[in-house]
Amino acid sequence: MIGFFLRRVIQSLLILLGVSLITFVLLYWLPADPVRQIAGRSATAQTVENIRQQLGLDQPLWVQYWRYLTGLVQGDLGRSYLQKTEVSTLIASRLPASLLLMAGAIFAELLIGLSMGVIAALRRGTATDQSLMIVSFIGVSAPQFVVGLLLLYVFAVQLGWFPIGGYGTFAHLVLPSMTLGILGSGWYSRMMRSSMIEVLRQDYVRTARAKGLTRLRVIFRHALPNAILPIIAMIGIDIGIFMGGIVVVESVFGWPGIGQLAWQAIQRVDIPIIMGVTLVSAAAIVIGNLLADLISLLVDPRIRTR
Amino acid sequence: MANSTSIDPIVTARKEPGILVQIARRKLALFGLFLVLLTVFAAVFAPWLTSFEPNEQMFDGLSIHGAPMPPGGAFLLGTDLLGRDLLTRILYGARTSLIIGVAANGLALLIGTIVGVTAGYFRGWIGSVLMRLTDLMMAFPALLLAICLAAIFQPSLWIVALVIAIVYWVQTARVLYAETASLAEREFIAAERTLGASHIRILVKHILPHLVPTIIVWGTLGISTTVLLEATLSFLGVGVQPPTPSWGNIIFENQTYFQAAPWLVFFPGLAIVTLALAFNLVGDALREILDPTQRGRD
Repeated sequence: MIGFFLRRVIQSLLILLGVSLITFVLLYWLPADPVRQIAGRSATAQTVENIRQQLGLDQPLWVQYWRYLTGLVQGDLGRSYLQKTEVSTLIASRLPASLLLMAGAIFAELLIGLSMGVIAALRRGTATDQSLMIVSFIGVSAPQFVVGLLLLYVFAVQLGWFPIGGYGTFAHLVLPSMTLGILGSGWYSRMMRSSMIEVLRQDYVRTARAKGLTRLRVIFRHALPNAILPIIAMIGIDIGIFMGGIVVVESVFGWPGIGQLAWQAIQRVDIPIIMGVTLVSAAAIVIGNLLADLISLLVDPRIRTR
Repeated sequence: MANSTSIDPIVTARKEPGILVQIARRKLALFGLFLVLLTVFAAVFAPWLTSFEPNEQMFDGLSIHGAPMPPGGAFLLGTDLLGRDLLTRILYGARTSLIIGVAANGLALLIGTIVGVTAGYFRGWIGSVLMRLTDLMMAFPALLLAICLAAIFQPSLWIVALVIAIVYWVQTARVLYAETASLAEREFIAAERTLGASHIRILVKHILPHLVPTIIVWGTLGISTTVLLEATLSFLGVGVQPPTPSWGNIIFENQTYFQAAPWLVFFPGLAIVTLALAFNLVGDALREILDPTQRGRD
């Protein structure tokens, strides 16, 4: 088992190396010239050339990549072209906001998704089941910016229950978390429903009922914990979708996380920041997948014997 | 080719009612199909369904204070910030969404199929290299990658389609890889190989036909995903560029004003959700109909 885990860790590191190479090559070929952007319109050819040399952008691609990689190993993500600050500092200052949003979103999607799934499974085949599944379909079909703007309009502009955007209090967290959570809950409710139906069909559930345990006790003590197992591993995989979603949601709600940082950097062609955020996101995804594997391994002994 | 001697199970499969008949029996799927046809109708007949031009800035399209007109009256769904008829722009926007849904998703499906089938059938080093590539792609946050790519290239409708295909082919490739790999181990494939069939013949005649149901299901569900991706990119301003109407860029253009004119977000948003929902409903029904492992379950 430790061998398996080590192999997966090494594999993950190789994947991150690949991601860094691809991103680096992509951004290096960027047609929009960052040097012109930094120097401004009125800069002379000489100034532009000086800045290019200063940033090392006149070196061949592989020299630049190697320099980046040696920095990366030491935790150095380079300096922002425009903000003249270390990228790692910028990301570190933005990361807590994004992690908070992630926690809120995961809480929201599990709360909505799992309860919908369990209710649908218990009421299987009824009108309740069907309407819940239609709602979950609508959830996965709605783009985050539409959900976000609608929530903003109804709950912030019209009802005034929550602030229109920004960061700081619990009230600020609710709408962005719900926006991300509604999309995710669509997937979770469908998975939870089929997982629950599968578990309710098992012999041990029937045995528990036959022993005379109440229906509620069987559902909450015996069926639910087993039905949730495959869902937990999903959370790890979910991080990939989440990392894309924050770019949109943070820009709609003015949430000062790494999604907003990335979006601003993309608009200003601030390559080191784009690189840094992409790498951090990729690392989050890879770690998420790793955790998903590990959790499945720990909670399901059947996988361990393979 | 005469296939009477083949032991390929697809040749001897029992006859079932056609897919359309089975869809017609499911209320939700039928509803989804209706919405799809409605959107196609809107896209094709847009010029006849409205008396305005999509980029026409109407003299009476703005109030005397320069504000967009609310829904009702001559402009059924109101007008946008530039005094253009919103309904007209949404009707023409259906074209953008459908072109993306067909082109981007089609291209993603093609790449995914080629990569997945090649890796699953040949395995060995080719398979390893291709599957490690998909591992790599899976580690990219898809939306962030699409935004970067779209921002790098000057976005046009076709560039946006290409960008979406580049980030979206991976899922198809992985599913088809798994299916092809298990198919390649079946006896009838081994038998064909022993009989001297070439790789191309086996792939085209015996592997691909078995993958068709999966490809159809993923192709249908994928339209939903690609339409949503286009809308998101256009909303951020790195997708389809105005004045070409797209449901995403209608919201992008008008979002600064949405507190005062919520219809400018609501109606295009409704259009996006409707189309994505329609293809999700049809795709989900197709999965139940075509996937034998789903049969007999709820």
